[in-house]
Amino acid sequence: MTLDLPWIRHWRFTACLLLLCLFGVAMIYSAGVKNIPSPSLERIWIRQAVVLLGSIVVLIVLSRIPARWFEWMAMPLYIMSTAVLAVTLVVGTGSGAAEGVRSFIRIAGFQFQPAEAAKVVTALALAKLLAGQREGPAYLRDLVKPMALVALPLALVVLQPDLGTALAFIGMLFAAIYWAGTSWQLILFAASPGFALILSFDTRLWSAYIILLVVALYLNRYRLYLVESLSVIIANLAAGAIAQPLWNSLAQYQRNRILVFLDQEIDPQGAGWQLLQSKVAVGSGGVLGKGFTLGTQKRLNFLPEQHTDFIFSVVGEELGFLGTSLTLLLFGYLFFRMIRMAEGLDPFAGLFIFAILGTWLTHVIVNVGMTIGVVPITGIPLPFISYGGSFLLMAWVAAAIIVTMARDAR
Amino acid sequence: MRVSQHHKRNIRARRARIVVVSLLGLLVMVFFRAQVYRASDWGLQADSNRLRPLTLPPPRGTIRDRAGRPLADNTTGYSVSILSASPDSMMFSLNRVREHLEIGDRRLASALRQIENRSPRPILLSVDASFDAVAALEERGSVFPRLLIETRPKRRYPAGEVGAHIVGSVGEINQQELESEQFEGAQPGLIVGRSGIEWQYESILRGQPGVRYVEVDASGRIVGSHRGFRRVEEQPGGDLDLHLDLDLMEWIHHIFPEGLGGAVVALDVETGGVLALYATPSYDPNVFAGVVDQEEWRRLSQDPANPLFNRAITAKYPPGSPMKLVTALIGLETGVIHPTDRMSVACNGGYNYGGRRWRCWDEDGHGSLDLAGAIKHSCNVYFYQVALRIGLLRMLDRVNRMGFGGTCGVDLPGEAAGTYPEGPEYWVRRYGYRPREGEVLNLAIGQGPIAQTPLMVAQYFLAIARDGSAPSPALYRDAPTTEGFRFEVSQENLEVIREGLRGVTQAGGTAYLSSLEHFEVLGKTGTAQSVEGSPNHSWFGAIVGPRGGPPEIVVVALVQFGGSGSQVAAPLVSKTADFYLRGQHGIPRDTIQTLREYFQVGRNTAWALPANE
Repeated sequence: MTLDLPWIRHWRFTACLLLLCLFGVAMIYSAGVKNIPSPSLERIWIRQAVVLLGSIVVLIVLSRIPARWFEWMAMPLYIMSTAVLAVTLVVGTGSGAAEGVRSFIRIAGFQFQPAEAAKVVTALALAKLLAGQREGPAYLRDLVKPMALVALPLALVVLQPDLGTALAFIGMLFAAIYWAGTSWQLILFAASPGFALILSFDTRLWSAYIILLVVALYLNRYRLYLVESLSVIIANLAAGAIAQPLWNSLAQYQRNRILVFLDQEIDPQGAGWQLLQSKVAVGSGGVLGKGFTLGTQKRLNFLPEQHTDFIFSVVGEELGFLGTSLTLLLFGYLFFRMIRMAEGLDPFAGLFIFAILGTWLTHVIVNVGMTIGVVPITGIPLPFISYGGSFLLMAWVAAAIIVTMARDAR
Repeated sequence: MRVSQHHKRNIRARRARIVVVSLLGLLVMVFFRAQVYRASDWGLQADSNRLRPLTLPPPRGTIRDRAGRPLADNTTGYSVSILSASPDSMMFSLNRVREHLEIGDRRLASALRQIENRSPRPILLSVDASFDAVAALEERGSVFPRLLIETRPKRRYPAGEVGAHIVGSVGEINQQELESEQFEGAQPGLIVGRSGIEWQYESILRGQPGVRYVEVDASGRIVGSHRGFRRVEEQPGGDLDLHLDLDLMEWIHHIFPEGLGGAVVALDVETGGVLALYATPSYDPNVFAGVVDQEEWRRLSQDPANPLFNRAITAKYPPGSPMKLVTALIGLETGVIHPTDRMSVACNGGYNYGGRRWRCWDEDGHGSLDLAGAIKHSCNVYFYQVALRIGLLRMLDRVNRMGFGGTCGVDLPGEAAGTYPEGPEYWVRRYGYRPREGEVLNLAIGQGPIAQTPLMVAQYFLAIARDGSAPSPALYRDAPTTEGFRFEVSQENLEVIREGLRGVTQAGGTAYLSSLEHFEVLGKTGTAQSVEGSPNHSWFGAIVGPRGGPPEIVVVALVQFGGSGSQVAAPLVSKTADFYLRGQHGIPRDTIQTLREYFQVGRNTAWALPANE
C-alpha cells in the first residue's frame, strides 16, 4: 500500500468539494437560527455534518476499489437502481415540504432517495454505453440508445413526481453525449422537441420555429438520415400537440410557478410569495450581506424552504453579493477541475465525469437561478450546500469514483 | 475512437469551459444587478416586510383653571389592535377577540373595511378596553399572537359634571375627518376634541403622534419586544390655562337651587375673562373620554332634562327687566329723557296706550319716579313712556347696533346668537303684520320677540361695569381679545345707570335682601315670562366690587322656571360674587353671605344701611 491516495493526489478537486460541503453545513446551521424557535430546524446542521463525515469515510473506502470494477458493475447497478426506483413509486414516502410525493425509501429508521443513487449509477451506465461505441455519435440514431438509457430512470422520477431530478437527468444526458463527440447541430436537433414544447404557447411563434427547424434540417441533410429528419419533425409536432394536455395535467402549484416566472409581479401574497420573498432576501443582502445568521427574511420566516431549495437566498441575504459571487466562483472552479480531469482520462472516465458535471451544473443553474427569478421555481437542491443526506452521500460516491478513475488511468 | 483524439478533446473541453463560465457568469451578473444595483429597493422591501409601524398617540394637553387645578388631564387606558396579516388570519383573530372584548358595530365595520383593503397598519379594535378585558386577552396571549395591547393616554375630567359644558368631550377621529385636510396625516384611533374647549383649541391640545415599529414574522406575529423601537417621538399637546375658577364653579354647583335648570355666568370686569360658566343640568364627561359609549350617548341625548344642552351659551330666554337698562341708556343718549326727569304719567299699576292697558308688575303702582328710582323699582310704566319717546324704529336700530342680535364671540363652540327683531320686517316675516308703535312698549321691558343667552346678558352688564364696551368673553387666558359689545353712551349717563342699579340692593330695592356685607352689588332683577302656566324664569345680573372701589366681577344667573328674580336668582348671584371676591380680598369665606341669611341667623346687619333717597 502506498501513500498515493487518489483523493489526495487530486486534492484540489476534493478540497473544493469539501469546502463547498462545509460551507453548506454552516449555511444549514444559519438557516436554523430564527426568531421563531423551531427545534427540528435548529439541529439539522448536525445531521448534515454527520452525513458529511460518513461520506468522507465512503470516499476513502471506495477509492480503494479498482476503477475497472465500476465499469463492470455499471450495467448491473443500473438495472438494480432502476428497479428500486420503480419500487419506490409503490412504497416510497414523501418528506418535509415534498410530503405528497413518493421519492424516499425508509429502511430501519433511515430514509434515502433512490433517485440520487440512480443519477450516479445512470451516469456510470451512460459512460459505459458511450465509451463502448467505437465512434462518437455521428447520427441521431446513435443517440437513441443513450437517450433510452436515461429516459427510463427519468420517466420513473417524473412519476414520483420530481421534475427537478428529471431536469438533472437531461443535463447529464446532454453533457455526456457532448463529451462523446456529438456535433452541436445534432445535440440541438435532439433537444429540439423541448424548444417546441416551450414555444407552443404561441401558435405563430411555434409555426415559425417549425419552419426554421425544417430549413435547418435541410441545411444539415448530410448529418441526418431522412428518417431521422422526419423523426425530428414528428417529435417537434408531437411536442407542440401535447403541450396543452401536458399543461392541463400539471398540478396547480406547478402551473402557478410557471405563471409567476413569466410575470413575477402577480399574486405577491399567494403564488408569487416564494419568489418575491427570495428576491427580497437576496436583494436586501446588498454587497456585504446582513451578516452570518442575521438575515431578517430568514429569521422571521419570510423565506420558504430556507434550509433546502432556497438556501442560496440565505447565502445572498447574509453574505451579500460577496457571498453569492464567491460561491458561484467556487462552483466554477470545481467544474473547471472536472473538465481538466476529464481531458486527461480515458473515454469512460471522461464521460462519467461529464455526466456528473452535467448533473451538478443543472442543479446549480436551476437552483441558483430560481432564487432570483431567472428560472421557474423547481424543487431542486443546491449541490453540497442544501440540506439532504442522499444527495451529499451520492455526490461523494461520484467524487470517489472520479478520483479512483483518475488514479487507475495512470 | 474520436474521443481519444487529443486535439478534438481539447476543443470540446474549451467549449465546455465557455459554457460553464457563461452560465455562471450570467448568474453572477443577475445577482450583481439585484444585490448591488437594486439593493436599496430590496432593502426597503425587506424592512416593510418585517416592520409594522405603530402610531403612538400623543397625550393631549392639560386644561387647567386659573389656580392650576386640572379640568382635563390624562390617565392610562388600553387599546387593543390586531396586526396586519393575511385577511383570513385577521378574521380569525378578530372573531376570537370578540369573545372577550365588545366591539361596536361602527368599529367592526371599519375594521372589516381595513382588513379588506389590506391596510399595513394595525387595526384598532378598541381605544378604551376595560382592564378586565385586557387581562383576559393577555392571559390568552398565545392564542392571540397578532394581538397588540398598548397603553395609551386616556382623557380624564377631574371636574366631572361641573366642568362638562366647558371642557366638552373628545372622541375618536371619524372616517370623514381622516379624509379631510385639517387632519392630514392622522391615523385611525386619534382622539380629537368633539365639543367645548377640547374642540375649540384642538390644534393646541392635540400634539403630534409618534411612530414606532415592531418586528413581525411572515405570519404577522410580533417577534421580540412589543415595545418595538421608536423612530419619531410623540409630541404631547400644549397645556391650556383658563380664566375659569374651578372653586367658584363648584361653589355655584353647591348653591344652585336643586332640581332646577339654568346657568350662572361670571366675568372678570378687567379682562372680560370667564370666571365661571355654569350650566345645569350637566353630565359626567368621563363617559366620553375614550370611545363614545353609544348607550350612554342615547341616554343623555334622550334625557328630558337635556343635560347635553349648555344653558349658558346655547339656550335663549326672554331677558325681561334687565332690558330696561338698555331702554334707559338709549333714552339718555338720544336725549329724550334726563336722569332727574319724571315721566308725565305716574305709575298707578299700569299705563294706557293704543286702546289697552299695559301693566306694571306692581299693581299698587310706584308713583312718580326719576330714572334711578325707576331702575330701583323696575317700574314698567316709566320705561313704557321712555320707549314711546324713543320710538320703535329708533329703538330697533340702536339695540341692534349694540349687538343683541349677534353672538358674544366666546371661545366655545355652539354659542347661540341673540334674538332681537332687526327691523319692522321681522314682524311681517314672522307674524304677517307690520308692527304698531305699541310693540316698542314690550321691547322696552324685555318682553316680546326677544331672547338672549345668559352669556349675552352677562356681557351687557360687563359693558355697563366698564366704559360701555366689553371684550368678547374668553375662557383661554391667551385668547386673542376682540371687542364684542359697545354702547354709544357717555360716562355720565353710564354712571346714572349704575346709580340706579346701586339702588336695587339698597333698602326698598328689589334685591335689598341679596346685598352683601363686604361688597357693593349693583344689580338688576328680572322675571321673564316663560311657557303659559309655568313659573317665570328668574334673572339677576349684577356688577360687584369692594365698596367704594371699582367693580371687579359681573355675575348673571338665570334659573329656569325659578319664579321671581329677587327671590331665586339674586341670592345666587350675590353668593357667587361674594365667594369669589372674598377669595380675591383675603376675607374668610362663609356660607352666611346675603342680608337675608344674616337676618335668618341673627347676625349684625348694621352695614345694610337704608338708602339715602
